[in-house]
Amino acid sequence: MSTRDELLALLLENARYSTEDLARQTGADAEAVAAAIEELEASGLIRGYQAVVDWDRADQERIRALVELNVTLDRETGYDDIAGRLVKFPPVKSLRLVSGDYDFALEVEGDSLREVSKFISEKVAPVPEITQTVTHYIMETYKDRGLEMGDGHDDGRLSFSP
Amino acid sequence: MKIADRVQQIPPSGIRKFFEIAEEMDDVISLGVGEPDFTAPWAAREAAIDSLKAGKTSYTANRGMRELREEIAKRVASQYDLAYDPDDEILVTAGASEGLDVAFRALVDPGDVVAIAQPSYISYVPGVTFAGGKPLSVPTREEDDFKLTTEILDAHGVADADMLVLCYPNNPTGAIMTEAEMAEVAKFVREHDLTVLADEIYADLTYGDEHTSIATFEGLRERTVVFNGFSKAYAMTGLRLGYAMAPPEVIAAMNRVHQYTMLSAPTTAQYAALEALQSCDNEVIEMRKQYNRRRQFVLSRFEEMGIDCFEAKGAFYVFPKCPWDDTDAFAEALLQEQGVALVPGHVFGESGDGHLRVSYAAGLNELREAMARIEAFLG
Ligand SMILES: Cc1ncc(COP(=O)(O)O)c(C=O)c1O
Repeated sequence: MSTRDELLALLLENARYSTEDLARQTGADAEAVAAAIEELEASGLIRGYQAVVDWDRADQERIRALVELNVTLDRETGYDDIAGRLVKFPPVKSLRLVSGDYDFALEVEGDSLREVSKFISEKVAPVPEITQTVTHYIMETYKDRGLEMGDGHDDGRLSFSP
Repeated sequence: MKIADRVQQIPPSGIRKFFEIAEEMDDVISLGVGEPDFTAPWAAREAAIDSLKAGKTSYTANRGMRELREEIAKRVASQYDLAYDPDDEILVTAGASEGLDVAFRALVDPGDVVAIAQPSYISYVPGVTFAGGKPLSVPTREEDDFKLTTEILDAHGVADADMLVLCYPNNPTGAIMTEAEMAEVAKFVREHDLTVLADEIYADLTYGDEHTSIATFEGLRERTVVFNGFSKAYAMTGLRLGYAMAPPEVIAAMNRVHQYTMLSAPTTAQYAALEALQSCDNEVIEMRKQYNRRRQFVLSRFEEMGIDCFEAKGAFYVFPKCPWDDTDAFAEALLQEQGVALVPGHVFGESGDGHLRVSYAAGLNELREAMARIEAFLG
């Protein structure tokens, strides 16, 4: 594995590792690590860094919905055109073209049920190429981006063992 | 009640004193642990649960479930170039620990000299003693990166011993041996007609060079018992499952002891192990990746602190030089003052004195904090 790939793996695991800790873990020097990260960012391979939040523990309500979209294409409009339009809306958190029964998988997030449903009905559904939307509100999140939302487990090991 | 002499002559483990101190303290970060901080792969746990649901709570064949022995045979053949017949050359045991004990009892006669490459896992000397054998310490040296050399074997009279016990990748040093280095030991063993017990429980955990089993060298298979298990690579310590591999007459002898003492290894654990071999390779690869990052992290931190530490390339231990002359005093003060638990190297044999065993089977946050505390302690 190249240092670049190893850095990417480490940042995927924890984007808050310091440059020094990344260097220590990969056996590279800190300057080389800083340069490699800059390169990863500049090339657009790394798009950003975000916290994974367990919203069930927050006071604030957070509504998320997965929306299945079916579209019809014509000579002037392709998938990219429809996607290009949808991604501009801030409540759209992710948008993916998928295989199977529907065309796009859309993730929408907002502060209230009203806000999210209003967004879908007023901004998404009316897009002329969109023929159907099926909305699934997320009721409980058990795992997100590889992280379990449970209580974790205590280290049950003895403090010393041979 | 009278306690048997052979038990009385074995002192309690040197770890105990530290364990008692640590028990009294909060906020201890322990790098004194000889087991993975990961949990067994979920698929293996699920297989164990399913086996219980299906009522698989009986004994298995003494040697272990046939299907498990077949999977073990396949695995060691593809991974380590070891060919053992699942019918009569593999014994499934309650941990490598039981395998070792059974081997000592099956192969050591009273008075036999058993050479033990040290520093080493703490069970070999008591195991040999309980079997009536005479342990002979064979100290490896830091200047050789704690590898076993023919020079050391010669200098300590191993030529006249009956048996040699060795463990690479090593607990506590993290040392490994390359194929060429192991070939030299194999040659010595052949020349002096020794039996070899090769504890290869950390075989899956090497970083860089791949593990070479001593049993793969010419003339070694017929004089070697290889031990392995699921505790380390699969993070299954509490399930207690290991295995021994040797020629049929040796496995038959070991099985005789095993069938009268253990009967069969834990059935639930055998189901977990079967699943582990069948579907958990990716988890092992991921854990090894994590260990390697931590290993490099810890080595880098010791280097930054100016603590001398050879580059351990196996298991999940590094074995730095102790900054103080009195290793016990250092470990105790570090525990008392900073709440960081390490194991003094002499626990693993005299030749480990002056070193500390640092386990990196701990999360990066703990390692980072532990290293910061050690740095603070050194001032
Ligand atoms: C070198 C070595 N051999 C054997 C064992 C025991 O393994 P098991 O859990 O399979 O009995 C250990 C555990 O610490 C070990 O470090």
